[in-house]
Amino acid sequence: MSSSQPLLDVRGLTVEFTTEKGVLRAVDGVDFQVHPGEVLAVVGESGSGKSVTAMTLLGLTRGPNAKIAGSARFEGTDLVAGGDEELREIRGNRISMVFQDPMTSFNPVYRVGDQIVEAIRAHRPQVSKDEARARVVELLESVGIGDAERRVDAYPHEFSGGMRQRAMIAMALALDPDLLIADEPTTALDVTIQAQVLRLLERLNRERGLATILITHDLGVVAEVADRVAVMYSGKVVEQGTLDEIFYDPQHPYTWGLMGSLTRLDRPRPQRLPQIAGSPPSLLDLPDGCPFRPRCPHEFSKCSIHPDLEARLPESRDHRDRCWLTPEEKRQKRDVKGQIGLEAPRS
Amino acid sequence: MSDRPLLEVDDLVKHFSIKRGTLFDREVDRVRAVDGVSFQIGAGETLGLVGESGSGKSTACRAVLQLIEPTSGSVRFEGREIAGLGWRQMRPLRQEMQMIFQDPYNSLNPRKRVGRIVGEPLKRLEGISGIELRRQVEELLERVGLSPEHYSRFPSEFSGGQRQRIGIARALALKPKLVICDEPVSALDVSIQAQIVNLLDDLQDEFGMAYLFVAHDIGVVRHISDRIAVMNEGKIVEQGTADQVCEDPRDPYTKKLLAAVPIPDPRESRERREGTGSVR
Repeated sequence: MSSSQPLLDVRGLTVEFTTEKGVLRAVDGVDFQVHPGEVLAVVGESGSGKSVTAMTLLGLTRGPNAKIAGSARFEGTDLVAGGDEELREIRGNRISMVFQDPMTSFNPVYRVGDQIVEAIRAHRPQVSKDEARARVVELLESVGIGDAERRVDAYPHEFSGGMRQRAMIAMALALDPDLLIADEPTTALDVTIQAQVLRLLERLNRERGLATILITHDLGVVAEVADRVAVMYSGKVVEQGTLDEIFYDPQHPYTWGLMGSLTRLDRPRPQRLPQIAGSPPSLLDLPDGCPFRPRCPHEFSKCSIHPDLEARLPESRDHRDRCWLTPEEKRQKRDVKGQIGLEAPRS
Repeated sequence: MSDRPLLEVDDLVKHFSIKRGTLFDREVDRVRAVDGVSFQIGAGETLGLVGESGSGKSTACRAVLQLIEPTSGSVRFEGREIAGLGWRQMRPLRQEMQMIFQDPYNSLNPRKRVGRIVGEPLKRLEGISGIELRRQVEELLERVGLSPEHYSRFPSEFSGGQRQRIGIARALALKPKLVICDEPVSALDVSIQAQIVNLLDDLQDEFGMAYLFVAHDIGVVRHISDRIAVMNEGKIVEQGTADQVCEDPRDPYTKKLLAAVPIPDPRESRERREGTGSVR
C-alpha cells in the first residue's frame, strides 16, 4: 500500500497558539501519509494534538493567534500554504469532516435534508434542487437511515443520536470526497450504534475507496477499522505503524501503557487495572526531552533528548517510534505478566 | 440484621408524565423511565448497573437516593423504608449514602476552594470545624491521591482526573456505607480511567463501603463489580455475577450489548467480524 502515491502527505506540521499564558505548541512536527482507500487511526488522549492536527488540515485553526508551519500536500495543493479560496474548494468537496458531537453539528432550525442539499449546491451550483434532493435521499439510504424519502424533511431533533451521526456522515459523503476526516465519530454513541457506524465506515472504504483519518482514543475502535495507526502524545507522533505492528509489537512505552490500561472482556479480569501514573504534561510547561519521561517507569539518562520518529526495527521501515530503548529491551520491558503493558511506576 | 442486605430495591417505578391541554393539562402519555426494577446490594459489595443511554439507569439512581420521588416501589436502606421520605427526613441518611457524578467539570462549585468543597459535608452534617476540619480534609485529599497543598485551590486549576478525585474525597468525607457512582470514569481519558477505577477499588478495601456503579462501558463495570445488572428500557433484563453476565449471558439484549463492544485485538476482531457478521 505504501508503494502508491500518498493522497495526503503531511510533513513537519506544527501549530502554535498564542495564549494569555504564553505560546502553546499544540502540534509539533507531525509527519504522516494517507494512501487512497486507507484508514489511518490517530490515537491519543485529550491535549495530544490529534484534533488540532485534523482541523488544521481543513484550515479551521487559522487565525490571528495561530502560527502554522510545515506542509500538508493533498494532490498538488498544500493545505497549509493554500489560500482560503483554494481551501474552500477542497473542503467539503474533496476532503470532508465528521465531528464528535452529533447533537450540535446540524443547525437545529433547518431540515436535515435541506442542510445537505445546501452543501451540495454550494460546490456544484449546476445541480438543480430536485436533483440534489434525490441525491440526499439516496445518501441517507446508503448510510442506513430507513424511510429516507420521509426523513429527508425531518429536523435534527427528530433524529436519534445515531441517526444524526449517520446523517452527518451522509453529508460528509455528499460530494464523493477522496478523504474523510472523522474526529471521534462514535464517542458520543452507544456501543450498539457505534458498531453500526463502524460497519458503515468500513463499507464506504471498501466500496468507494474512500481514505479516512479516524481520530479516536478508543483502541477497540482502532482494532476494528484501521489499517495504520499513529499514536500521539503532547503534540507529537510517538509511534506509527500498521495495525498489527502497533498492537502486537508496540515500541513506545506510552503505547504499552494505553494497551495495558484497557479493560478487556475477552480476558480474565486482573486484580488491578494496569495504569499509567500521573497525567499528561501541560503544553505550556513541557519537560525537556521525551514528554512521556515523567510518567515512564523505563526512563533513563538518554531520555533528556527526545529522539526523532524513526524506523528502529530491522524488519520494518514503516514502523517508526520515538524511544531510545533497543528493540530487545523493549520486548523484554513491555512484558508484564505475559501481557503488553507498562509495569507499575516507581513510587 | 447482619445478613440483611444494605440496600433492597423492590419493584421501583419512576414514570414521567407528558401533559398537554389548552386549559387543563391532562396526561397524554408517560415515559416509563424506570419500570419495576429490583435489586439488592450487600454491605461492602459492588453492584454494576449497565445499560445504554435512555435505559433508565441514572433515573434509577436518583430514585434510590430520593433525589426524585419514585412513582411506586420500595427502597429499604438497612431495613428501613426510605421511598417517599422528604428532604428533612432523608438528611441524616445522606451521611450514609453518597454520590459521585459523571462530569467532574460541572459537579464541583467553581467558586469554592477545594478545602471547602470537601469539608462542607463534614461541617454541615458532623459539625466539625476549625483546625480539626482542615486536618481531616487534608487527610482525605492525600488518601485520594491529591496533596494537602491543594486545599486552597479552585477546581479550575485541576485536570479532569484530579477533579474526579476531589469528588471522591467529598463523597468519602462522611464515611458512607453506600456510594452511588454515576458514570464516574466515562468523561476521563483511558489512562486516567484506570487510575480512578483502582482508587475506588482501594478505597473499598480500606473503608468497606458498598458501591452501586453505574456505567455504559461494560468492560469497566465488569472489572469493578461483584455482580452486574443489565438495564434496558427501564427494566433489568439480566442480573448475575460479573463473570457470569459477561461470559455466559442469557438475555438477548445482554448478548447484543456484549457483541457490540469492540475488542482491542485486531486478529480477534477480524475473526469475530467474519464469524458473526450476519448477526448485526
